[in-house]
Amino acid sequence: MARIALLLLLTPFGLHAQVSFERLLNADDEPHNWLTYSGTYASTRYSLLDRITPANVGELELKWVFQAQSLEKFESTPLVVDGIMYLTEAPNTAVALDAARGRVFWDYRHNPSNLSRPCCGRVNRGLAMLGDTLFMATIDAQLVAIDAVNGQPVWRTAVADPGAGYAMTLAPLVVKDKVIVGVAGGEFGIRGFVSAYDAETGEEAWKFYTIPGPGEPGHETWEGDTDAWQHGGASVWLTGSYDPDLDQTYWGIGNPGPDWNPAQRPGDNLYSDAVVALDPDTGELQWYFQFTPNDDYDYDAVQIPVLADIGLETFSSGRQMLWANRNGFFYVLDRTNGEFVRGEPFTEVNWASGLSESGRPIETPQPPGETTYPGVQGATNWYSPSYSPRTGLFYVPAWENYGSVFWPEEQEYQEGLRFLGGIPGTPIPGGPNVPSLRGDRINNWTEAVGTGAVIALDPVTGEHRWKYEMTDVTTSGILTTATDLLFTGGREGYFHALDAVTGDLLWRTNLGGDIANGPISYAVDGRQYVAVAAGNGLFVFGLRD
Amino acid sequence: MRRLLFGVLASLFAGGQLMAQAHVGQYEQADIAYGSTLYATYCVVCHGESGDLFPGVNLRSGVFRHAASDRDLRGILLDGIPGTTMVAGAYEDAELVALIAYLRNMDTEIGGVALGDATSGQALFAGKGDCGSCHRVAGQGPRFAPDLSDIGAIRSASVLSRALEDPHGSTLPMNRAVRVVTAEGTVINGRRLNEDTYSVQLIAEDERLLSLDKRDLREYTILTAWDLPSYDDVFSEEEVTDLLAYLRSLKGMN
Ligand code: HEC
Ligand code: HEC
Repeated sequence: MARIALLLLLTPFGLHAQVSFERLLNADDEPHNWLTYSGTYASTRYSLLDRITPANVGELELKWVFQAQSLEKFESTPLVVDGIMYLTEAPNTAVALDAARGRVFWDYRHNPSNLSRPCCGRVNRGLAMLGDTLFMATIDAQLVAIDAVNGQPVWRTAVADPGAGYAMTLAPLVVKDKVIVGVAGGEFGIRGFVSAYDAETGEEAWKFYTIPGPGEPGHETWEGDTDAWQHGGASVWLTGSYDPDLDQTYWGIGNPGPDWNPAQRPGDNLYSDAVVALDPDTGELQWYFQFTPNDDYDYDAVQIPVLADIGLETFSSGRQMLWANRNGFFYVLDRTNGEFVRGEPFTEVNWASGLSESGRPIETPQPPGETTYPGVQGATNWYSPSYSPRTGLFYVPAWENYGSVFWPEEQEYQEGLRFLGGIPGTPIPGGPNVPSLRGDRINNWTEAVGTGAVIALDPVTGEHRWKYEMTDVTTSGILTTATDLLFTGGREGYFHALDAVTGDLLWRTNLGGDIANGPISYAVDGRQYVAVAAGNGLFVFGLRD
Repeated sequence: MRRLLFGVLASLFAGGQLMAQAHVGQYEQADIAYGSTLYATYCVVCHGESGDLFPGVNLRSGVFRHAASDRDLRGILLDGIPGTTMVAGAYEDAELVALIAYLRNMDTEIGGVALGDATSGQALFAGKGDCGSCHRVAGQGPRFAPDLSDIGAIRSASVLSRALEDPHGSTLPMNRAVRVVTAEGTVINGRRLNEDTYSVQLIAEDERLLSLDKRDLREYTILTAWDLPSYDDVFSEEEVTDLLAYLRSLKGMN
């Protein structure tokens, strides 16, 4: 009996272990798998699985738990390929496990150099896969290829110098035969870039600097004869998207540095706080759109570029990109050319009174000592949103009622040291300067300094359809499904299933730890699962057998 | 030699035998100033300007969960705290001396609050102020109002001074009063201990710990002000500085 089950489990692996580019392109044809960080190249985090429905979601039960050995935040989104789950444990351990039982096949531990200087924890957001190779971007700025069958390293390439503040926390993106990554380090005065490596050999194929050098278009947006551009940040710490028809890959770019002192870097500071469209073969810039020129507030445009065709043909090509930005505005762009279609604030914003016809913010800086909304962690951040083509709604994890007081300061750049140019503070004198980077199990303050919400936006009109409010802020991504379920978590440790149409709560369970990744759904042997990380564990739910 | 002396002082301090001001003057002003710039560069992004960004960690308090002596602090800075995001750093000796000097003086540097005589403050607390009729210290007194046993370790002098000057206006979010009316109509006044989207945990006036489902309640109100006595006419300026010195000396059982 046991042996038969084993055989059943093993056969499909032999047949399907290879993840070809073809399969990545058509990920929607195999919704039982989760092949890339955001599920598909369009990054909608919308699952076509339909076994779990609003009618039976109340019967979800815990199937298994994976407890990470690391006590860092669990921000990794697992991949699932034909019954095997691949995830990372902070800082840089890759693990392969049985997606139906949670038992581990192998783990591979990369020991990062202690030169690495992550700004905000030694976190990692997951893997990419091509053929039978996994790719992991490490906190000491290495790209490692790992054999998906036996967990052995295949090649390792140094992407940048960790001692100079470069790090990587993102899950790579595979396009065709290349592995694309970007570098973090926006708090250390790096010069950011997106770069691509041959998946076979690890050799660098191209490199796109997110800050143009002398002579390149855009360099003039780093005004004056200074070296500000060389230390201007513009990091890339979240996975991009890809449109195969346009053959463009899209990446959100981080804040300019020093973070809070724009006077030290006059000009628009391209391509900081922008989205760039790149040719995946050459890295050549196709277009860009900048959300926050000459940023004062650390409003990284490090969000997932969500590709959706929402039928706004009258305004544009009909191929859109949806973007709820850390700066508090929700944008619709034409992704063929980066043109601004429309945009409006999705929560309190007072640093700008609106957007011009071209999408440029009309800035209204607050007087010194006054509170700026949104605060330094943003109205949203890297937490994945979701778009459901069934409801036509875009779902954003948001921080509301949340502001900071910004105090800019002159700062000299020194290699490897933090390069911040000031400090953001709390609007409450003597009060807690939270929500901090990490959640806490005691929350008797956030109603005063910032609360969480899932906001359902109609991207056609910008209208808020519904909102699900939480007492604590949320760092959880969102998943929607073909049965109009929405799964999300939050700092409080609750894992919720909401009705994606109405926002009604259908089911919840308390997982007892900060939920800081994005839930995913997959199926093994016809059984649908939903997986989410909380605290230091990954919790996997399914229907009662 | 110099470092050894610091170590001795620091452990006395951690034992609660020395008042807050005992440290002032033990560190070079130049070190403190240099330390403050290093702090702004390396530490502020995580710990915040006033060193209290992490719940339970207040770098200004003079009491550390992971360190008693300056030598322990040095170890933390060089090695980080495993299992947390507190990072290891390759600091040079001069940088370490400066960072520690700043940590030890951060409160005075930031707050600029004058502290008087803690022994007189203790007498005022028990006597004229009658603070003990509401606050518990070291196991004595009621528990409905915040326990002040370690208030000197978790709050800066400037925050404490505001609490005395303006008891009504200065209530921090973590000390909110809540008013609850249950489905049966029972009214409960409490101090909120914890809250999430669906439930609230509180200590009631009669010192019961209660956890309530919000959706079962007829009313749930978070009050921003308590009905507290004002000390405007009760204490002289000097007495306020004495009370502050006493509060700052309350560092809990460490
Ligand atoms: C990446 C974020 C981060 C940075 C940068 C950082 N810290 Fe920390 N630090 C922490 C965290 C988190 C803790 C709390 C660990 C725990 O849970 O006990 C901590 C704890 C400490 C403690 C111990 C507190 C106690 O109560 O024992 C000291 C002292 C400290 N940090 C000093 C510093 C100094 C000085 C710097 C700059 C040189 C610094 N830290 C930089 C995150 C950081
Ligand atoms: C009638 C009851 C009562 C009396 C008497 C009283 N307090 Fe309080 N105190 C409270 C309550 C309730 C709070 C919490 C609400 C707030 O912070 O405003 C508080 C808050 C405080 C805080 C701030 C605590 C924190 O977490 O920051 C301090 C400090 C304090 N009291 C000191 C004193 C001192 C010193 C006295 C005597 C001079 C005193 N209190 C007398 C009820 C009282």
